[in-house]
Amino acid sequence: MKTAALLGNPNCGKTTLFNALTGSTAHVGNWPGVTVDKKTGTYKKLKEEIEIVDLPGIYSLSPYTPEEVISRNFILDENPDVVINIIDATNLERNLYLTTQLLEINVPVVIALNMTDIIKKNGDKIDAKILEQKLGVPVVEISALRGDGIDELMRITLEESYRTREGKTLFEDKQLLHLITDVKIAFEGKGVNNPLFHSVKLVENDEIEVKDHSDLLTIVSKYKEIINDEIFGDDFEALIADARYKYIEKEFGNVVSVSAKSSNGETKSSRIDKVLTHRIWGLPIFIAIMFLIFHFTFSEDLFFMGKMGLSIENEGWVNFFTGMGYEGEALEGIPSIGVFLQSWMGWLTGQFIAGFQWICSGFQEFGDVAANAASSTWYGSLICDGVLTGLDAVCSFIPQIMLLFLFIAIMEDTGYMARIAFILDRAFRKFGLSGKAFIPMLTGFGCSVPAIMATRTIENDVEKNRTIRLMTCFSCGAKAPIWALLAAVAVACGFGYADIFVFSIYIGGIALAVILAILMRVFSKDKYVSPFIMELPQYHLPQPKNVGAHLWEKLKHYVYKAATILTASLIVIWFLNTFGFENGSFCMVEEIEHSLIGYIGMGLKYLFYPCGWAINSDGWKFAAASVTGLVAKEDVVGTMAILFNGGAEDTLAESITSLSAAGIYSFAIFNLLTFPCMAAIATAKSEQTKKEFLKTLGFWFGVSYGMSSLVYWVGTLYEVSIVGGILVTLAIIGLVVFASFLVMKKDKFTFKTKSSS
Amino acid sequence: MQKKLEDFIIGETGQILKVEGEGRIRRRLFDMGVTPGAMVTMKKKAPLGDPIEVTIRGYELSLRKDEANLVLMEVEK
Repeated sequence: MKTAALLGNPNCGKTTLFNALTGSTAHVGNWPGVTVDKKTGTYKKLKEEIEIVDLPGIYSLSPYTPEEVISRNFILDENPDVVINIIDATNLERNLYLTTQLLEINVPVVIALNMTDIIKKNGDKIDAKILEQKLGVPVVEISALRGDGIDELMRITLEESYRTREGKTLFEDKQLLHLITDVKIAFEGKGVNNPLFHSVKLVENDEIEVKDHSDLLTIVSKYKEIINDEIFGDDFEALIADARYKYIEKEFGNVVSVSAKSSNGETKSSRIDKVLTHRIWGLPIFIAIMFLIFHFTFSEDLFFMGKMGLSIENEGWVNFFTGMGYEGEALEGIPSIGVFLQSWMGWLTGQFIAGFQWICSGFQEFGDVAANAASSTWYGSLICDGVLTGLDAVCSFIPQIMLLFLFIAIMEDTGYMARIAFILDRAFRKFGLSGKAFIPMLTGFGCSVPAIMATRTIENDVEKNRTIRLMTCFSCGAKAPIWALLAAVAVACGFGYADIFVFSIYIGGIALAVILAILMRVFSKDKYVSPFIMELPQYHLPQPKNVGAHLWEKLKHYVYKAATILTASLIVIWFLNTFGFENGSFCMVEEIEHSLIGYIGMGLKYLFYPCGWAINSDGWKFAAASVTGLVAKEDVVGTMAILFNGGAEDTLAESITSLSAAGIYSFAIFNLLTFPCMAAIATAKSEQTKKEFLKTLGFWFGVSYGMSSLVYWVGTLYEVSIVGGILVTLAIIGLVVFASFLVMKKDKFTFKTKSSS
Repeated sequence: MQKKLEDFIIGETGQILKVEGEGRIRRRLFDMGVTPGAMVTMKKKAPLGDPIEVTIRGYELSLRKDEANLVLMEVEK
C-alpha cells in the first residue's frame, strides 16, 4: 500500500477531494481552517490501494499553530510516498508559494489543479502545460466537487509514488544560491534528511530550524555581511519570500489568461459583500439572519398571524400543518417548518410507543388501557416508561435540530461564516479575543468537541484557554432539545414566544461570552491578542452534496448516540427512578419522591436553591435532570420526560408547570453555561494543562451557578416590580460598560507606554 | 505619495514598498503574499471600522488596522 498526503492552502478543496477519493463524509466548509487534524482513508480503484492522508491547510511550510505543525511534520517525518499538492486555480499566485517550498523536499509531487471548472465558467483560460513544464512535476486538472479528473489524478499519483524526486530550488541569485548550498552541505554532513529544504528554512530564519540547528547559524551570519540587497539589506526572511513571489509572477503570470468579461467590473462575491458586510447594514443583517433561522425553526406563528389577532379555524388542512397531535382548538398562527416537522415526528414516535405498550400489555385494548397495563410490569415499565419515553423526548426534536444544522451548514458552505468573523472581530478583540477565536466558537454551535479541538488554530495559549472556557456560551446541538422543550413550556405557561425565547438564548450566549471575556481580561495580566490575517473565501451557492453530507453525518451521530449512550443512561435513570426505599425496604416505589433519584435530587436541590428553579416542589427533578446532562446534554430532556411522565393527556411541556418565567430562563442559563458533556470535558482536558483544566472546570460551574442565580433574582424582580427590574438591569449594564471602559483605558495606557519607550 | 495601508481610503490602490514589524506577524504577512512590489486595493472596512478588507494577488484578504499599519505603500495615481 502507498501513502499519498494531501497538502495545500486552507480552503482550496482538500477535504472535498479527500471525501471524493475515499467515500468519506468528513466535514467540509467554505472558510479557512475547517480541518485541524489529519484524517486518513483509502482509495481502492487501482491495482494497489493508496492510503490518503488529509492534512490541515497551510499557507507556508513555516508553521505558526499546532495544526499547521501537523502538516509540516507529516511531510517531513512520516515520509509519504507521494504528495498531492492541491492548488486553487482561481488563486494561483498564493497557492504556488507553498508549492515552491514543497518542491524543495525530496518527495514525488503531483499537482492537482482544482476549481478549473470555475475558471472556465468565468470565461478565463488556464494553461496547465506551462505549469507542468516549469514546475517539472505532473499537473492534473480536476474539479474535486464534481469528481472530474480525479481518477486520472490517482493513476498518475500511483505512477509517481514508485519514483523518487530530488528537491530543487528556484533561487537564481548567485550569492543566495551559494549560501543555500553551503548550508545544505552542512546539513548533509549532519546526516539530516531533506537538506535543501532545511537549508532554505534556516536561511529564512524559520523558528523551528533556528531552534533545532542553531550551530549552523554562523554560516548564515557570515553571508549577511556579503549579501546586502538593495531593498532588503540582510533581511533574508523578506528576501526569500520576495524571491518566491517574484519567481511565480515571472514564470506563471501568463498561465491564467483573464477574459475581458471577468477583468472588468466586480466579482459576484464583492457584490454580495457590498450588502452583507456593509458598514451600517452588516451588523443588523447578521442579527436578522440569525433571528430568521430561529424563527423558521422554532416559531409557532410563522407569519405573525397570532400577533395580528388572526386565528384560524380548525379544518382539515390546519390539521395537516400542525401534525396529527393537534387537539382541535382554533390556531394562533401557522407553525414554522421546524415546529410542523416536530409535531409530525412527535406523532410518529407517540404511535411507536403506543405500539410497544400494546405489545408489553399482552395485546390489551390499544391506548390508555394498554399503557397502564404495560407500566405495571417491570419490563413494560423499563421499555415504555424508561427508554422509550426518554428517547421519544429526545428524538422528536430531531427534525428541528436537523433544520438548525441545515441553516448553519448553508452559512458555512456559502462563505458567510468567515464574514461573521470579519464583522465581529473588532468587538471581540476589544475584549481580548481575536475574530479567529470566533471560528471555533461558531463550530461550538454544532458540537463543543470539535470546537475545543479547533482552538488549536489560536496561536496564543492564554487566548486559547479563554476560548475553551467560553465554549459553553455557544449552545451546542445537543442542548437544542432543552431549548425546544423549555420554549414549549414557556408557550404552554403563556409566557411568550418560542422563537424569541430560543433566539435570546443563542444571542444572550454570545453577549455573555463578550462580557465574560471582558472580565477575564480585567483579571488577567496577559493582554496579548493574536493577529487576524485571514483570507475571505469567495461566496458560492451551497453545494447540496456538502450540505447533505454534513447533515447525514449529524443524523448518523445523533441516532448512534441515541442507540448507545442515551439508551444506556436512560436505563440507569429509569432504575434510579423506579426503585427506592419504601416502608423500610428496597423495592419498586409507589411515590416517585421515594425513589433513588428522588433522594439524590432532594439532596442536590438545596445546592441549587439560589438558582431559583430548584425551590419549587418539582425542584429536585430539575436538579436531577441537570446532573444527568453531564453524560450527554440530550439526557436533560430524557430525564425530564421520565420524571414528569404526565400520561397520555398532556404533552411533556404541558406537564411541566412548576416554573415561573424567571425560573425557565434561569434553568436554561444554568444548562447552557454549566459543564458540557463528558466528551467535551475530556477534550478540554487533553487540550489544556492540568492546572488550566481545573481552572476551566471551576469557571464553568461558577459562571453557570452565578449567572443562573442572577437571572432568577433579576427576573423575579421584574415579576414583582417592572421599574425595580429595569433599574437593576440598568445597574448591571452600567457595571459592565464601566468594566469595559476600564479595559479600554488600560489598553490605551499600555499602548502609550509601549510607543514612548 | 507614500502612506501606510492603514490610512488608505476605500477604492485606493497602491504598491507595497516595505513590510515592517517582526516575528510571526511579519512572517504571516509574507506568506499571505503581502510582499514588496505586490499591488493592493483597499476594498472596505468592517461595520465596526476594523478589520479592513483588501484585494491582493487576486484574492480577498482581511487584516486588522494594527497589521495594516506595518505595511508601507506607494499610492498609485
